[in-house]
Amino acid sequence: MRISADGIVVRYSGSARPALNDVSIEVPSGSLYAVLGPNGSGKSSLMRGLLGLHPVQRGHVSIDGRPTTEWSRRELARAVGAVTQSEQISFPLTTRELVAMGRYPYLGSLEREGAQDREAIRAALAACDLTELAEREVTTLSGGEFQRARLARALAQEPRALVLDEPTASLDVGHEMTILELLRESADSGITVLLITHGLDMAARFADHMLLLSQGVVAAAGTPSDVVREDTLRAVYGWPLAVHEDPATGAPRVTPLGSR
Amino acid sequence: MSRWTLGGGLLLATLASVLLGVRFGSVALSTAEVFGALGGGGDPVVRDIVVRLRLPRVLLGVFVGGGLAIAGATFQALLRNPLAEPYILGISGGASVGAVLVLAFGWMSAGSWALPLAAFAGAIFAIFLVFRVATATGRAMDVRVLLLAGVVVAAFFSACIAFILSVSPARTVQSAVLWIMGSLSGATWRSVTLTAAYTMPAVLLLMSLARPLNLLSIGEETAHHLGADVERVKRIALLVAALITASGVAVAGVIGFVGLVVPHAVRLLVGSDHRALLPLSFLAGSAFLTLADLGARLALAPVEIPIGVLTAFIGVPFFLVLLRRSLATP
Repeated sequence: MRISADGIVVRYSGSARPALNDVSIEVPSGSLYAVLGPNGSGKSSLMRGLLGLHPVQRGHVSIDGRPTTEWSRRELARAVGAVTQSEQISFPLTTRELVAMGRYPYLGSLEREGAQDREAIRAALAACDLTELAEREVTTLSGGEFQRARLARALAQEPRALVLDEPTASLDVGHEMTILELLRESADSGITVLLITHGLDMAARFADHMLLLSQGVVAAAGTPSDVVREDTLRAVYGWPLAVHEDPATGAPRVTPLGSR
Repeated sequence: MSRWTLGGGLLLATLASVLLGVRFGSVALSTAEVFGALGGGGDPVVRDIVVRLRLPRVLLGVFVGGGLAIAGATFQALLRNPLAEPYILGISGGASVGAVLVLAFGWMSAGSWALPLAAFAGAIFAIFLVFRVATATGRAMDVRVLLLAGVVVAAFFSACIAFILSVSPARTVQSAVLWIMGSLSGATWRSVTLTAAYTMPAVLLLMSLARPLNLLSIGEETAHHLGADVERVKRIALLVAALITASGVAVAGVIGFVGLVVPHAVRLLVGSDHRALLPLSFLAGSAFLTLADLGARLALAPVEIPIGVLTAFIGVPFFLVLLRRSLATP
């Protein structure tokens, strides 16, 4: 499933500068595509614009060649699983109930879960290693378990694309790797993955393509070695840094230097 | 607990509370006398008590209690906050201003729909005010800001009512004051059918929105990504819950905290799936208010405690415990 945006402008009312200004992105089917950039560079706005949560003022957004605006909400939810940055659960809810919400776009308002729905939920729980935690209250899960549960909910949508906003933020390295390997496997199995992240090293290591945003415009795009370059990153992040090849993975690796 | 077990239990509890409500009062009746009167036989005085006085009162409790509980559960899902409740959000206050205006100006003669309609307009105005105040501080809807907005708006409506009553004739004041404290004593078959006609379709409509409400209760953006038509569901559910609140206020005055206590208890027993939570809250609310009304009639008999006072005595400590807990886990 291909996701593309062509010259989009996203503006929030009351802010002088547009959140996104003339941004284009082309996420090929079955690839892992990472979007990076400093805080406030427009990463989450790009996600909202691509998924029709916020209207684009100019430019075009399309999924599989069809404008996003022509997709119904349900159709889109069956095709694209999206995980936002954060979510706060105020009511008692089990992990399984949370994951089962991923079946929403497949069920009528009075329809009950069928065999196919239950199988999708089971598979999603298993893929995220949550089978044991299915009956636990989500409020008792650790940060890593909760993120995995949210990812499992997106997988239960049986999507052809995943869009994730910082899914590994605040996770320790073990949980971070679990999720990134899962995303890599998903991409290899043909699911398009669009990953918004702050992790330059991990993105350079796992992604096929990268896009670097800076103040709402594209600063660089291409393969990890095209984007992860000293001069580009210095300019975008405003901080001196060095880029080396990681001897263990062969991917480019970023070392921030001291400010003096 | 299984939702079916609880549903069956609550149905029995509601029926039992209806029977108790009809049996007990200033004159205690036997079960045989009650059924005899319902069958159209027995002592005409007993028949009068059962059919004209107690049965409408008890049934009004069923519809108003159930309606307030399901409206509370809906507001909680929409605001993602277990503390939301028509009374605390100032929505009951808004509805009562509308109703007091109708009483004060004698617009009752315009028709039986005048009071519920004015109450509904007041409820919608209250929602609008609370949300404007609560969202003015930023995009995020903070629990504390929302509660404060509710308190302030409710205070404003209290002042409005005080003002209207201060310039009204004494007769209006007397009937209005009793009614502001909440009471089922004005029940007639007419008010029962009116409330049922507003409440039951609204309850069914809310139940048909149970699945999207599940999604909304975990977050609007997430609900959107899972395929829910967020704006439409929000708009319909808010209006319908306000309508239920308003129809309750129009016939029974302001009865607080039912929408807080009941859904919370049901959630503890069966979890937060609105497909179970909404109908079970309705049943539990019916039983709760019917029994509370019985308590209000019997506790200091022959003096009757306004039922809104009784529900506040139960609800306020409950609210404080919940508030403490929700502020402890930010």
